[in-house]
Amino acid sequence: MQRFAALLDSLAFQPARNAKLRLMTEYMCTTPDPDRGFALAALTGTLNLPNAKPALLREFGVQRLGETLFVLSYDYVGDLAETLALIWQPSDTASAGQNQPAPSLSEVVERLRAASKRETPQLLEQWLDALDSTGRWALLKLLTRDLRVGVSARLAKQAIADLGKRDIVDVEEVWHALQPPYQALFDWIEGRAPRPDPGAAPVFRPLMLATALEDAELAGLDPAAYRAEWKWDGIRVQLVATAGHRHIFSRAAEQATTAFPDIIEIMDFNAVLDGELLVARPDESGTVHVAPFNDLQQRLNRKQPNPKLLQDYPAHVRLYDALMIDGEDIRALPFDERRTRLEAWYAARPRPRLDLSPLVHFGTWEELAAIRAGTREAGIEGLMLKRGDSPYVAGRPRGPWFKWKRAALTADCVLMYAQRGHGKRSSYYSDYTFGCWRPTNGGTAELVPVGKAYFGFTDAELIKLDKWVRDHTTNRFGPVREVEPGLVLEIAFDSIHRSTRHKSGVAMRFPRVHRIRWDKPPEEADELATLERMIAAP
Amino acid sequence: MNASPAPADPRSWLTTTPKGLYCVPGGFFIDPAWPVAKAVITHGHGDHARPGHGAVLATRETVEIIRTRLGPDTIGSLQGVKYGETTRIGDVDVRLVPAGHILGSAQIVLEWRGARIVVSGDFKRRADPTSPPFEPIACDVFVTEATFALPVFRHPPDMQEIARLLGSLRTFPDRCHLVGVYALGKCQRVIRLLRAAGYDRRIWLHGGLMAMCEVYRRAGIDLGDIAAVSEAGPARRNDLFQHETFRGAIVLCPPSALGDRWTRRFPEPLPAAASGWMRVRARARQRGVELPLVISDHADWDELIQTVRDVQPGMVWVTHGREDALVHQVQTMGIPAEALHVAGREEEGS
Repeated sequence: MQRFAALLDSLAFQPARNAKLRLMTEYMCTTPDPDRGFALAALTGTLNLPNAKPALLREFGVQRLGETLFVLSYDYVGDLAETLALIWQPSDTASAGQNQPAPSLSEVVERLRAASKRETPQLLEQWLDALDSTGRWALLKLLTRDLRVGVSARLAKQAIADLGKRDIVDVEEVWHALQPPYQALFDWIEGRAPRPDPGAAPVFRPLMLATALEDAELAGLDPAAYRAEWKWDGIRVQLVATAGHRHIFSRAAEQATTAFPDIIEIMDFNAVLDGELLVARPDESGTVHVAPFNDLQQRLNRKQPNPKLLQDYPAHVRLYDALMIDGEDIRALPFDERRTRLEAWYAARPRPRLDLSPLVHFGTWEELAAIRAGTREAGIEGLMLKRGDSPYVAGRPRGPWFKWKRAALTADCVLMYAQRGHGKRSSYYSDYTFGCWRPTNGGTAELVPVGKAYFGFTDAELIKLDKWVRDHTTNRFGPVREVEPGLVLEIAFDSIHRSTRHKSGVAMRFPRVHRIRWDKPPEEADELATLERMIAAP
Repeated sequence: MNASPAPADPRSWLTTTPKGLYCVPGGFFIDPAWPVAKAVITHGHGDHARPGHGAVLATRETVEIIRTRLGPDTIGSLQGVKYGETTRIGDVDVRLVPAGHILGSAQIVLEWRGARIVVSGDFKRRADPTSPPFEPIACDVFVTEATFALPVFRHPPDMQEIARLLGSLRTFPDRCHLVGVYALGKCQRVIRLLRAAGYDRRIWLHGGLMAMCEVYRRAGIDLGDIAAVSEAGPARRNDLFQHETFRGAIVLCPPSALGDRWTRRFPEPLPAAASGWMRVRARARQRGVELPLVISDHADWDELIQTVRDVQPGMVWVTHGREDALVHQVQTMGIPAEALHVAGREEEGS
């Protein structure tokens, strides 16, 4: 437990991805089974332990310290689990030489799983006595299900892949067929056993991903070899269903099942399908209209949607591909063959909230470019190009699949705030919040923030931007500086939507710094109204 | 203590004023926040030793520190005394005894008409190779600091924190470990602790830390191989220039320099900080610290309580810090206690 606590502690303070990976692989290398397997489960969110309620933690604190000192301490620290971890002192019996050795992580997991509701507080108290403050903090974070150390399940799986010098897709393919403490996974990763075989089990299969297409590359490609389809602006999902099992996975292999009961309901089939999760509403004629990404955001924010949300924001999956149909793994077949099977499968089982993403027919690249330029529909991000003979392979091979995004929109915005970055950029103001002009009642104009960007510039430009920020600071808030409205950034973004989360009422998708307009006077930057006109019609 | 009658109210001879704590029969201030005619100074940190006073009494070490920090002419007369030596100022006997905070730090023992008040200044109780240990003195009133007076503050053993720093160097051998430390006291203590842990490589220092290290060296404290960062010569300048000398090195700097442009010469800097505040995560994160080291020159909660037990005072006055919790705790121990609001103390000690 102490080693796991030290790992969580350093992860919590370490912002850099590579450093987090290093910390995790080092831990996995030097920690025995089954402790490291339970640690992996805790990091990937698959460790199901009984939940400790905040009221219990507070009661413990008041018992040990009295009301006054506990309240003063909690006030100062601001986090209940951390407060209790810091103030806890071993009880008199514990300090009178009956001190238990600190428990291992597996002991904690196994005994908690076996414990009754009544026994849990006693166990907890006994362990708090035996652990140091970091150990207590980690234990309480585990039990309040609030790790917050900045590690996604995917990053933890990447650490496992690094440990065995494998590709992460190999780990993802077997992941959902395994259970904590993942003994079979470590045996395979460390070369003691063959790779576990998920067979036809209802588990996630790693996705095939596309690379971005540069316009110049197009000339070298044979249009007859490629199929085109729309790239829908939702989130990529994999639907996995067998008799008795129905799952929705995100592209990062995370379960999204409980958040979309309206999709689960229609998954009465035996297949593994690749598609785009959207919010879409059929009209009277039955034509389905895809809503802007912002509508989907309403659903993504809720793990357990209520009936009103389900009604107002109906989910829909638009299918791109099939990996398995009726128990048969068809990933090795060419795209054209899979597409034929998918069309036949769907024709035999049409159902609401599920349809096929149509193929876009074209003869030449010029023709396709014109089609791409002509669409401004809200739900479309651009086009996908897929070779007709491409098998479905995990990962991101270059060549068989391309994404050809719609040309970006741009706006001239004024730099308003800058924040220091992390790691290599820790001394540079590298995260920029920018705004556009909006008329005030008094007839003048004010800046309202419309977005934030932290890439799109070179290292040399970063040095100049950083200097500009330091020389034009008007106010400081911790790591953030407010600057005078004097620098125009030309911001590129994929699309823009209405948003109630931002003061300006708009939110950009994928904003990045396109050009730094050192030459442009800030009063000539765009008005908010100009951005509002770019909002795609739903 | 002699047999003459004790004054009824200690507040009548040691009072709080807008300039700081004032000893009436002695006619002097203790660690005043503003220039005064006569001052007794507990130790050399900036919020206790300020310029502009007419005459100052302090330990010899503190006098050295004040000369180095403030220059020779900012104070009229500087009188340095030995620990334990008694000086008569006005009608009051003044004695300075070790406080264990930093080099030269002292508690001030005041005796007047048979009554004794001890002003702790900043203090700690654990061993520190750069300062003699705190000496408990029985008294009628103990005036204590309260920087870390909450039960959440329990400083772990120093060497455990140093081991975490050295462990991080093993995990990230290519990263320059930048440790934020106060120039006076913390810097030299961290160096000594690193040496005690067997780290004998050169320790690099921000230029602003060199002068105080020299004072410590003259006081006989061996800091081993230390050098200013500037001695490594200019860095090769390219887009994001970095100096290879500092790969895997330990560099100490003032906390304010973490995240400053000055850090750009270091390869993949890993910001650490050595301070009692690092015990609370949100505090450490606010400063962008990736490796918080809980090393403090102040008493933690247990040390504060143990000190009250050791001193056995008739009454406790609590100055700068989290007074509420300590006042509550001392009262629970059956000793009268109250908060004393003294001007000019920075909230953040180290």
